Amino acid sequence: MIDNKAERIIEVRHLSKSFGDHEVLRDVDFSVRKGQVVSIIGSSGSGKSTLLRCMNLLEKPSGGEVLYHGKSIRGEGFNLQMYRAHVGMVFQQFNLFANMTALENCVVGQMKVLKRSRTEAENTAMEYLCKVGMDVYVKAKPRQLSGGQKQRVAIARALSMNPDVLLFDEPTSALDPEMVGEVLAVMKDLASSGLTMLVVTHEMGFARDVCDRVVFMDGGVIVESNTPEVIFTNPEQPRTREFLARILEN
Amino acid sequence: MPNAQSGFFEWVFFFVKTYGTLFLQGAGTTLLIALTGTIVGFIIGLGVGYVRAMPCEREDGAGRYVLLKIVRTILGVYIEIFRSTPMIVQAMVIFYGMASVFHINLPHLLAGFVIVSINTGAYLSEIVRGGIQSVDPGQQEAALAIGMTYGQSMLNVVLPQAIRNILPALGNEFVINIKDTSVLNVISVTELFFVSKSAAGTYFKYFEVFFITSCVYFVMTFTVTRLLRWLEKKMDGPDNYAIHGSQSVPDVELIGRGGERID
Ligand SMILES: Nc1ncnc2c1ncn2[C@@H]1O[C@H](COP(=O)(O)OP(=O)(O)O)[C@@H](O)[C@H]1O
Ligand SMILES: [Mg+2]
Repeated sequence: MIDNKAERIIEVRHLSKSFGDHEVLRDVDFSVRKGQVVSIIGSSGSGKSTLLRCMNLLEKPSGGEVLYHGKSIRGEGFNLQMYRAHVGMVFQQFNLFANMTALENCVVGQMKVLKRSRTEAENTAMEYLCKVGMDVYVKAKPRQLSGGQKQRVAIARALSMNPDVLLFDEPTSALDPEMVGEVLAVMKDLASSGLTMLVVTHEMGFARDVCDRVVFMDGGVIVESNTPEVIFTNPEQPRTREFLARILEN
Repeated sequence: MPNAQSGFFEWVFFFVKTYGTLFLQGAGTTLLIALTGTIVGFIIGLGVGYVRAMPCEREDGAGRYVLLKIVRTILGVYIEIFRSTPMIVQAMVIFYGMASVFHINLPHLLAGFVIVSINTGAYLSEIVRGGIQSVDPGQQEAALAIGMTYGQSMLNVVLPQAIRNILPALGNEFVINIKDTSVLNVISVTELFFVSKSAAGTYFKYFEVFFITSCVYFVMTFTVTRLLRWLEKKMDGPDNYAIHGSQSVPDVELIGRGGERID
């Protein structure tokens, strides 16, 4: 299993977030170590997406901090663009750039952010499009692809930036059931290749079989965080047990 | 020259023969002002729309926040004023205002360009802003999430989609401008309407001349409308794409209609 002393890539410290009076995250504390695959589970509205979005500053946290290799991401002189380039994000709704082909989607960030040459960017993009099995669709526009294909291109787009860690926000929730498998297969493949991943998911099979650690959230707080064995066979908290009973029943 | 007993078509024929080149020159001026005005107006609209769509929070720094608020208010006033007054009045105020207040005698044609551009800019600013807002926010989030700056995300992802969405409105504005440049005759710009009025006045044959004039306007707007529709289709790109050939898979072409997926 993963070395528990491996370097912490991202640390979330006492993070809180409110929208107006509505407190969505409260004192959230956890970290992701190099090579770890961590999943976040919890019912809808428990703050999972907000947590991920706070981690790359798509939302501004109201309190606490996020450390990247020990440095606060909101500190003076912190290069937010480079940080975001190294912390990839895969969205539930894919969010592929609608005005670009699959290849261009994977190339544009490399050229604009990492300042790679077109040739280098295209080679890298092709490598990852191959990896997700989308290399034959390089010239397709997003509207011509199925949901599963779009999500695989979105994963290739994130990988093309050679990230330290990838954040996934319910990557299979917007997919038709028959397409969930192809995306999960890609994610399993990435996990076994040693990529550091933080995955918000409702796929309990994935959390149990692929992840090193499972974080259960409810009402904006982390209720329990443990290995999949403990969470799925013998959770400490009654709320975790209730949630799992409810979700595994369906 | 036809005389008092001559019929409608004799006069029309006469005007086409004698004033044909002049009409064409007038039409050329009309098209030129309309096209330049639309393009410059679009550039103004892009700038203003961009500034008005920019996110701005107090915590980004007080100086920046206040500056942006002031600039936005000024732009808002500009848009309101130019959308709430007729272009014919704007033409008078700007042309004679420059002369009497600043003692600048603008050349008539230049004044025409300026007036149509500023007027179009006011309309297109709102259209551009609407176009920006019509793009799914997820598009910009994805761009920011791979590390693009706000400006890069707008330039590479949001604006291309916004512009595609407002292209029909842009074309519409061009067509409106072809027709509305006629008001510039009040400041003696020698566009199609001005030329027609002069020709008609010389012979007191208003119906005959303006019959020809309306035909010319119609041909211009009709042609431009068709041209723009064709351009829009072309900009959407081919609805099919070639499957990238690999060793095992030869190059094949999948055909799909727009909006449909190909598995
Ligand atoms: N931009 C926002 N403005 C106000 N409330 C929000 C916003 N985004 C999320 N919320 C609220 O925060 C809570 C948590 O949302 P979210 O993080 O999306 O939960 P999850 O991803 O676990 O389903 C919900 O109650 C939601 O309504
Ligand atoms: Mg969510």
